[in-house]
Amino acid sequence: MNKIKGIGVSAGYAVGTAVVVKEASYDVASATFTTAEEEKQNLDRAVLVYTEDTNKLIEKLTKEAGTKNAEILQGHLVMLSDPFMLQQMQDQIDSGKPAVQAVDAVCQTFYDMFSSVDDEMMKQRASDIQDIRLSLIEIISGVESTKIEEVPSGTILIAKDFTPSMTSRINKENVVGIIAEVGSVTSHSAILARAIDMPAVLSLPDATEIIKDGDTLGIDGGKGYVYQEPDAETIKLLNNDRQAYLNEKSSLLDFFGKETVTKSGDKRLVYGNIGKPEDVQNVIQNSGEGVGLFRTEFLFMDRPALPSEEEQFEAYSTVAKAMGEKEVIIRTLDIGGDKDVSYLGIPKEDNPFLGFRAIRYCLANPELYKTQLSAIIRAARFGNIKIMIPMVTCVEEVAAVRSLIAECELDLAKRGVQFKENIEVGVMIETPAAVFIADELARCADFFSIGTNDLTGYVMAADRGNANVSNLYDVNKPAVLKAIKTTIETAKRHGISVGMCGEAASDRNLIPTLVEWGLDEFSVTPNAILATRKTISEC
Amino acid sequence: MVEKSTKIIDEQGLHMRPANNFVSAIVKYKSNITIIHNGNEINGRSIMNIMAACIKCGNEITIRCEGEDEEAMLNEAISLIEGGLE
Repeated sequence: MNKIKGIGVSAGYAVGTAVVVKEASYDVASATFTTAEEEKQNLDRAVLVYTEDTNKLIEKLTKEAGTKNAEILQGHLVMLSDPFMLQQMQDQIDSGKPAVQAVDAVCQTFYDMFSSVDDEMMKQRASDIQDIRLSLIEIISGVESTKIEEVPSGTILIAKDFTPSMTSRINKENVVGIIAEVGSVTSHSAILARAIDMPAVLSLPDATEIIKDGDTLGIDGGKGYVYQEPDAETIKLLNNDRQAYLNEKSSLLDFFGKETVTKSGDKRLVYGNIGKPEDVQNVIQNSGEGVGLFRTEFLFMDRPALPSEEEQFEAYSTVAKAMGEKEVIIRTLDIGGDKDVSYLGIPKEDNPFLGFRAIRYCLANPELYKTQLSAIIRAARFGNIKIMIPMVTCVEEVAAVRSLIAECELDLAKRGVQFKENIEVGVMIETPAAVFIADELARCADFFSIGTNDLTGYVMAADRGNANVSNLYDVNKPAVLKAIKTTIETAKRHGISVGMCGEAASDRNLIPTLVEWGLDEFSVTPNAILATRKTISEC
Repeated sequence: MVEKSTKIIDEQGLHMRPANNFVSAIVKYKSNITIIHNGNEINGRSIMNIMAACIKCGNEITIRCEGEDEEAMLNEAISLIEGGLE
């Protein structure tokens, strides 16, 4: 048995038989020229066949994995519809090149252009054009690669890389897992594998050489292990894991649309964290009881100037409407020297995490902040919105935000624009200072939300990205746990609600402690909502 | 020949969808259209060349039209870019 480690990008277990995908190995240089007319006909026919094939695949993919996955293939058709590119291919034929060479040369030019830029989007286009090139050459030459749609059932597919047109040919009826030599969690093939719930291991160097057709393989798509010719014991373990995984998955479905109740009958709430308005759909699809953290930075990043009040209003009200009566906690701009938003004019700092960021920056730029606050209180009419202030270290900051909100209310009233009065304002507890003055903060805040990611870093004075100290960055350290406990107890004493919106809220080992201490609301990444609800209900 | 400069406001720049929207909207005109970006002249009817130019949000571009309906084409091209193409 040979155990190989790659990157696990789609959880699940499978045991199956290897089929190594062979790409059409056609020697483009060996093609011979007939007549310009015939070669052009070959090209036209190839474009036609490719378009028909792709349209069929788009239809199949839309049904099985949703429109998002079909978009890439749609993009291929858009690219191939460029009259300028086709003209270049015809010009090459006119100059005496066979159709395959014309396709090869023109695609190479664009491939070089796209791949010369260090940009994720451009890299995607480079792989798109590669995909188009291989498909067209295959059609013209008649030399075919492995027919992915026709592999026997129980197949684990191995390829150097899965192009979008390859992945879209995968059927769940006959393929039980996929392995590739390159790729990462964000690769197209990884996204598709997760969408159709198929175990996948990527970034396994030389996989197509190490693994031979007909090999028995075991695959753990969560941890990223591939077992070549596994022994009986390993196969048994994998099958057990597979059953447990499937049981777990179906048992989570029992928690869909249910309230979150502990064994002793205490009601708690499981919310979702989102970064963009459209993410709210993930919260709804995973049966979230609210949005516990709506990060607003996306509205301000990757653009030349500040977003207008209207634009922000649009984003906030979209989420509020989608959630209906359920709570939506909007965190105001949490930006600072470590994030590059050039037009904000925040100078580079030696120590951005102790610097001019979040509420500190916003209070120093009241006009910018008031635009955001106005947009929020306007949107609050359409749902159950609350405001959350990041990086609070003293009560004056909360008071300042409240008086800015009052100014916004006056301005809006003067402008004759409707808004919601007396919006609730909560404080993010993510600095040791906030923990020490939790009593004072509880008197002026409507709720607390513990941001464990930053709190852990600030309490332990350790950067999680620094390998030499990252062992100290641990939410389970007594100092961090004490800070969390103090915060929850203080909130309880003052009768305000307390939530948590860091990764710790979905940590199944920590949840029982948090439940016992009385944490009201657990805000987690949307795909962890059901598992978190399940863990809480077992406490 | 007419030309005018403008700025890209689409968050993701002129990637696939915006570029496609642009090309599809101007196909009805007869004039030649060139996008000038960083000194490079790009065929404004070619989605592949527009994408390959890697034009980002905030970038300044100049659009040049030349032909019988150049005024109308330039006006529409500029208002497309300024209205956002996503």
